[in-house]
Amino acid sequence: MPQLSTAEVAHLASLARIQLSDAELESLAGQLDDIIGFVATVGEIASDDVPPMSHPLPLVNVTREDVVRPSLSRVDALSGAPDVQADRFAVPRILDQE
Amino acid sequence: MSSTSDITTRSAADLGAAIADGSLSSVEVTQAHLDRIAEVDGAVHAYLHVDADGALAAARAVDESRADRRSDGRISPLAGVPIAVKDVVATRGLPTTAGSRMLEGWIPPYDATLVTRLRAAGMPILGKTNMDEFAMGSSTEHSAYGPSFNPWDLERAPGGSGGGSAAAIAAFEAPLAIGTDTGGSIRQPAAFTGTVGVKPTYGGVSRYGLIALASSLDQAGPCTRTVLDSALLHEVIGGHDPMDSTSIDAPIPGVVAAARRGDVAGLKVGVVHEISGDGFQSGVKDRFEESLKLLEARGAEIVQVGCPSFVKGLAAYYLILPSEASSNLAKFDAMRYGLRVRPQGVDSPSAEQVMAATRDAGFGDEVKRRIILGTYALSAGYYDAYYGQAQKVRTLIARDFAAAFEQVDVLVTPTAPTTAFKLGEKLADPMAMYLNDVATIPANLAGVPGMSLPNGLAEDGLPSGLQILAPAMRDDRLYEVGAALESALLEQWGAPILTRAPHLATMEATR
Repeated sequence: MPQLSTAEVAHLASLARIQLSDAELESLAGQLDDIIGFVATVGEIASDDVPPMSHPLPLVNVTREDVVRPSLSRVDALSGAPDVQADRFAVPRILDQE
Repeated sequence: MSSTSDITTRSAADLGAAIADGSLSSVEVTQAHLDRIAEVDGAVHAYLHVDADGALAAARAVDESRADRRSDGRISPLAGVPIAVKDVVATRGLPTTAGSRMLEGWIPPYDATLVTRLRAAGMPILGKTNMDEFAMGSSTEHSAYGPSFNPWDLERAPGGSGGGSAAAIAAFEAPLAIGTDTGGSIRQPAAFTGTVGVKPTYGGVSRYGLIALASSLDQAGPCTRTVLDSALLHEVIGGHDPMDSTSIDAPIPGVVAAARRGDVAGLKVGVVHEISGDGFQSGVKDRFEESLKLLEARGAEIVQVGCPSFVKGLAAYYLILPSEASSNLAKFDAMRYGLRVRPQGVDSPSAEQVMAATRDAGFGDEVKRRIILGTYALSAGYYDAYYGQAQKVRTLIARDFAAAFEQVDVLVTPTAPTTAFKLGEKLADPMAMYLNDVATIPANLAGVPGMSLPNGLAEDGLPSGLQILAPAMRDDRLYEVGAALESALLEQWGAPILTRAPHLATMEATR
């Protein structure tokens, strides 16, 4: 059965871009361990010859005619933005300063 | 109950007919429900947002179009009947939070397709109903805005994640509501509140404009008090939508006609052996056995059916859902909409630092737990052992359904293993909460339709639910069997089961 350390949970949280307190890490590690112990039982029944099913419908790419049609206006698209400057989304710095 | 109860206790079908023949106006019906909300929602907390002005304006428009005879003759049978919408569905101009702080105050600039269809049918939207954050939960206790309370007993959960929609229906705060069902979030709350809930065939109702939890499992559907009301709403919201590439391009089966027919004579009803008794509350089991006898008395043949992979569905679901959710919820990154939190003690934080601080502040515990679990299941090295295996279990469940539907027309199970549990009872133990969904999850994994309807009261005086499952695109069979059982139960109980709920008008006083 897998054992998740708090360090591993911290690594997963950083991959998911979630900053967690030490207390949260501690309690999550225990709970996740229980849950992973349970879900790992999927390995017990499905043999190699069973094909995986990712979706209940056979998915096909859907395309449409390449014609211009109405879309959200700029005002609407920006209406929920936390910060807007010069009709654009204003975001924190993406690149390192160095 | 208040003087508004003459209106609010009527079925949607009945209200639609009364509005059509002019004996009631849509404004009267809508106002009665707004009054009822004002009276009891302080105790039930079914709603996160009530739009009295918008609902009344829509109601007036319906009444005026009838008065002016401007309609084209193709009026929906639900025209003028108000509805509540789960807060995970985008509504233009109305706050939509998905029960999360992450979207507090967000007002969508567009309508979900199903909302466009409600508006086109002339259905006033009363407001947005409470839910577990991003639809993750089985009790509505994971809402960032506080839980909803079960109108049968305010110390109990109304189920989840669509507890708000189910509670609104049970407390007569709306005649109809929209829910979404990823692992049972329409059906399990229906069972806990003595109402009817339907998860249509996957792809039968457009998902365009739903805030996605797990895209291969999510399905919107009706929450109502009668089988016929669900069918009427199903026909309004269902059907192909070019805006959703997973929407099925085929007509919806005649669900209203099936609900009006309500006949099981000659039908084979399969009892899923693996999910029909062991570990289920005794009262839930008793009501289930009685329902089988009622179906048999109406001419159905009851057949035991084995679906050996169903019990593994729960484990597969709790790998597939977090995996898809971790991807879907990546868009809540504090950049284009939603919450933005600057980390403390950092002068010029990077986008990455702002994302991490925002997602810590904006997401609740259950959401963090599932995102991190999904991140783990999709990690290099674990992918084949977890996500890949879960997808194989999904194949086995689909094969179980296919084999079962070669023998029988529909399958039945109890909807949930227990009646409504007490608030807080399972909150500290995620696994105990997850186990509540064991009977509902297989339908989401395979994409088949399911209905829960109330089939009596258990020994604790709380409603139990019976689940009906049908092959994909045979939603009409749910309604045919559901309506027949509903009518048989009415004869047995002498009145709709919901009328056995404790006096709802006293809710304000009891809290």
